[in-house]
Amino acid sequence: MMFPAYFWRSILVLWLALAGLLGTAVWVDNHQDAFASFPQAQSPMPHDTAMVAKGQQLLQLGNCMACHTQRGGPAGAGGRAFETPFGKVYSSNITPQIQDGLGLWNANDFWRALHYGKSKDGRLLTPVFPYQHTTLITRDDSDALFADLKTLPPAANSQAIPKPSDTLDWPYGTPVAIAVWRSLFFTPGTFASEPHQSAEWNRGAYLAQGLGHCAACHGPRNTWGALAAVNDFSGGLMPVLNWYAPSLTSLSQTGLATQSPHEIARFLKSGQNEQAVASGPMAEVVQNSTQHWPDADRLAVAVYLKDLSMQRQQAEPKASAASALSPLAKPSPKMISLGAKLYEQHCEQCHQQQGEGIAGAYPSLAQNRAVLLKDPTNLVQLVLYGGYPAATASHPRPFGMPPFILTLDDKDIAAVLTHIRTQWGHQASEVTPLQVNRIRALQNQ
Amino acid sequence: MFFERHRPLPRTLVFILMTAWKVLLGMGLLATPAVQAQGQAFKDDMAERTRACSACHGQQGRAGPDGYYPRLAGKPAGYLFNQLKNFQEGRRHYNLMTRLVDPLSDVYLQEIAEHFSQLKLPYPAAAQPLQRVSDGILKLGKQWAQEGNSKLGIPACNTCHGQQLTGIQPHVPGLLGLPLDYLNAQLGAWQTQQRKATAPDCMRHIVQQLTSEDLVAVATWLSTQNMPLNSSPAPKISEPLKAPWRCGSAPELYKAQP
Repeated sequence: MMFPAYFWRSILVLWLALAGLLGTAVWVDNHQDAFASFPQAQSPMPHDTAMVAKGQQLLQLGNCMACHTQRGGPAGAGGRAFETPFGKVYSSNITPQIQDGLGLWNANDFWRALHYGKSKDGRLLTPVFPYQHTTLITRDDSDALFADLKTLPPAANSQAIPKPSDTLDWPYGTPVAIAVWRSLFFTPGTFASEPHQSAEWNRGAYLAQGLGHCAACHGPRNTWGALAAVNDFSGGLMPVLNWYAPSLTSLSQTGLATQSPHEIARFLKSGQNEQAVASGPMAEVVQNSTQHWPDADRLAVAVYLKDLSMQRQQAEPKASAASALSPLAKPSPKMISLGAKLYEQHCEQCHQQQGEGIAGAYPSLAQNRAVLLKDPTNLVQLVLYGGYPAATASHPRPFGMPPFILTLDDKDIAAVLTHIRTQWGHQASEVTPLQVNRIRALQNQ
Repeated sequence: MFFERHRPLPRTLVFILMTAWKVLLGMGLLATPAVQAQGQAFKDDMAERTRACSACHGQQGRAGPDGYYPRLAGKPAGYLFNQLKNFQEGRRHYNLMTRLVDPLSDVYLQEIAEHFSQLKLPYPAAAQPLQRVSDGILKLGKQWAQEGNSKLGIPACNTCHGQQLTGIQPHVPGLLGLPLDYLNAQLGAWQTQQRKATAPDCMRHIVQQLTSEDLVAVATWLSTQNMPLNSSPAPKISEPLKAPWRCGSAPELYKAQP
């Protein structure tokens, strides 16, 4: 069947128009800051000590320096590499250094970065910088943060920090790809407080969703690395790093609903409480950030998370009960005896025969939520690499666990983990050598 | 018959004796692990806190069995602390070490370093040189260790690591009692800049002037030397060395104190 030429022409024009419209929409969406009115940036900033002190506290609440400092490098000078499924991204220099840092920035530029996810030169920032969260930071807090950053010693990284466009896999680092990603998954927003909740609850929500960016790890991400919502704390497997950040609203994973806000706050302060010990990336967060928070802020976040967790239990009691039941383990008799033997040989001395641990030194494994998580990733990590809990003011001299990567193979680790997941009344799923092998392989990349 | 009449008695006796024997045997068998467990009962001390270290570095930090996990016991505390910080701050690279020390504070790392520095354990005898090692290699190694090269301005090992090469308090490690594999790996790591020390990094400066052959020679010679009777590091030097090089990790060696 033949169509006249004008038909094809009109189809082409239609497509071009559609593409143009879509392109314009994406462009407009990514340049919302161009249509916003900013207050006149005071430049240079008045040296306000109260503001700087507030900014310093905010910097710790946001754990900004942990990402913006390279191992052994000058504080805030950036250059720390972040591996993502889409390639590498290096953190930027946030000291007032002229060339790479914030030396020439004013408070409006800084606000644009936090709120709109854009650099001073208009470059669209990659979402490794958690602007899905930082967009909620108030203008006042942004200004205080900026005032404090301006007081840091200007420092340069020993090596030039590579640009994301060079280190991300094609096409993820291109401006078009980032613009499209932003149009799909990012909307600049402000924190809306819930009027029927207390001021403490709202402070906790503001911190957990914004500066604290808890969901960056504790929230599930989609195929494109985007979070569904900044207040979705239902747990997530951290890509590349390969630790599972447990759900903060689930009874079986963290059980915040059953803990008092003070208990939760104590975990944030000391890295451990009767219910759990922070390990892996959370130990780092406690070490660098939450142990330094003001008591009131720790309590506020605890109140908020506990309430959210209780709401979740009330909303879907059946669903959570069902998800708590993981399939029963049916390991072979060989694995059972191997697991028991290895436990006695390597674990029992510290964690004790009944998995009760030693109070103040070694955590109990019996009825420990971390042992029963459906995803055994964290357990494998801990057995392979061992580790110490964070050394904090309340636990300055922690006891540690030796690495077993050199002594136990995949089958051994699977057997001993299956053992602790099926003893003492536990009914968690079996860990297979294949699972251990996969997690170990991911670690070696 | 006498025997027939009395038969049941010895049987009962045998049964009782056997049972008693079995019970004793059973208790004895069970007693061994129980005693062991009691022997290593939990104590709230630094040995307990450093279990994560001794898993690889051997009981009381006496060195691991395979040559890659060096001895910690009796090394100068300042040196051990510097190494822990080097792992934490990325000047030395070993994933297992880095992950262990990452969440620990400086105060605690210092305490761990002090703990191992105070453990005095006898050293095993030095390794015999491998048969294929020529006398020339050992001679070259000894020359670097004891004479250096004044023309090139390269100091001998014993200029800074103590006359006896057992180190100097508090920052300079001894070089004896270390396995060849470990010494080769460390010198190689300095050559490729995988291992660094706090700037100015004097070891890097020295190693970079040596060829790979020199490094293997000196490592070989060091690994075959027996520990002197007094294996302790020499006491802190009273006067700085008259030398032009500076070591960020041992600032007390340099003549102009910072």
